[in-house]
Amino acid sequence: MRQSSIMDIISPIMAGPSSSHTAGAVRLGLLARNIYNEIPKKVTFKLYNSYAKTGKGHGTDKGLLAGLLGLSVDDSRIKNIFDLDISNQFDYKFEYYEDFNRHPNAVDFIFEGSTNMTISGDSIGAGEIIIRKINDFSVNVTGKYNTLILVYKDVPNMIARVTNSIQVNIASLHCDRFAKGQEASMCICLDGGINQKVIDFLGLIENIYMIRYIKKLES
Amino acid sequence: MNQKTNISTFEDLYNECENSSKTIWQIAQEKEAENEEISIEEFRQNVKKSLDAMKEAIKKGLSSNEMSISGMCGDDCSKLQASYSNKKALFGKTFEKITCYALATIEENLRMGRIVACPTAGSCAIVPSVLIGVSEDLNIPENEQINALITAGEIGRIISNKVALAGAVAGCQAECGVASAMSAGALAQLRGGAVEIILNAVALAMKNLLGLTCDPVCGLVEVPCVKRNPFLAIHAVTASELALANIKSKIPVDEVIDALEQTGNLMSPMLKESSQAGLAKTKTAIKLEKEFLLK
Repeated sequence: MRQSSIMDIISPIMAGPSSSHTAGAVRLGLLARNIYNEIPKKVTFKLYNSYAKTGKGHGTDKGLLAGLLGLSVDDSRIKNIFDLDISNQFDYKFEYYEDFNRHPNAVDFIFEGSTNMTISGDSIGAGEIIIRKINDFSVNVTGKYNTLILVYKDVPNMIARVTNSIQVNIASLHCDRFAKGQEASMCICLDGGINQKVIDFLGLIENIYMIRYIKKLES
Repeated sequence: MNQKTNISTFEDLYNECENSSKTIWQIAQEKEAENEEISIEEFRQNVKKSLDAMKEAIKKGLSSNEMSISGMCGDDCSKLQASYSNKKALFGKTFEKITCYALATIEENLRMGRIVACPTAGSCAIVPSVLIGVSEDLNIPENEQINALITAGEIGRIISNKVALAGAVAGCQAECGVASAMSAGALAQLRGGAVEIILNAVALAMKNLLGLTCDPVCGLVEVPCVKRNPFLAIHAVTASELALANIKSKIPVDEVIDALEQTGNLMSPMLKESSQAGLAKTKTAIKLEKEFLLK
């Protein structure tokens, strides 16, 4: 287990009022932004349960949008984000749901644009977050590690070819697929970082459809 | 990694201080630099960033009376300042500073201002109000303020090894309660207390807050969180005064933390940030909730 840090206790510096409902929302937005990786035409935010019920009072809606626009958790613009020009980059709307199969602080980002993508995540407390699904694939992106996400055709040797190309230590590796031989996903948490060369090299591997390298979030 | 033992209890910390003839902040900054693979100077710079942000939040909060999005809170700090300018606080200037700074910070938080989660956003005003209020009054230099904030952080870190510092997991005792214990220890250090006295201050403050629930009205970090911050800041001062007088907690600090953990486990989920009981389900709270949802 990772040794706990004093900085976990006396930080982050953040826009209030809630680490899970405000800072966590910004962090979810930041990860979703990096995973989608292009400017969307339209985004629908679906907020669930406590996020839906108390989100307005906690600025959860503002935080989610601010993260999607690349603002950090302590950015003073979060509070007025709806009124700022930077929020005119794409259309967005918020929807509110109650669904007890979902986490109390759950959100779906539904991106429409040249690519359509749905990204789902939870804010699990004290500012910690998890992206759990990209489209229908289950993933595990926490922002604590540099993470490589691949979507590929489920063929033998794919994991070996990918991991052979990465020269850094792997903290965790998670795969999911629709069915044998069909589309599959791989989510790799790395102890170090990889450069563009490695990503380009992975892009040459046959049957890989999508590669995203998500850098870890600042704490 | 080297084979140095990790410090996971207050007993470990006390023994390490005794064996190396160092004090808490010295041990803590060495361990932190080693674990995070940064220099001690870099670590202290990070702590200073938090300290500076705390001071900035106080400054901003003192001059604002903007209400929160819900409209329930936001003007208590200006009321308190106005009152003190008319009639001095019974316990003098330091008391005035601590209570005003606590309200200033927590109100900055609810109006989406920039604060330092310490340990959490809902308890963000306790450590800064005590640390900065007292340091100003006693002319304590920045270096020593950083030392005190490191000690506060180390106290919180050790507690967090046993208990998640989240209202949803262990109630408010694990948020504002722990913030008060951190402040008590930091203040005892600022006033020259030895390691044993610092740890006693932590035990005394924490012991008196066991069982504190998290039952926020409308699920927002406002009622009762805002007023709880100045209350528990003063609570920390009481604990440090007792400890500095060499009054000892009969229950050692690690056992108090065990009790905190057990109390958190036994506490009903209805009283742990779910707003299903307690203050959150009083007649007035239900009325406020209806009004808020209509907004």
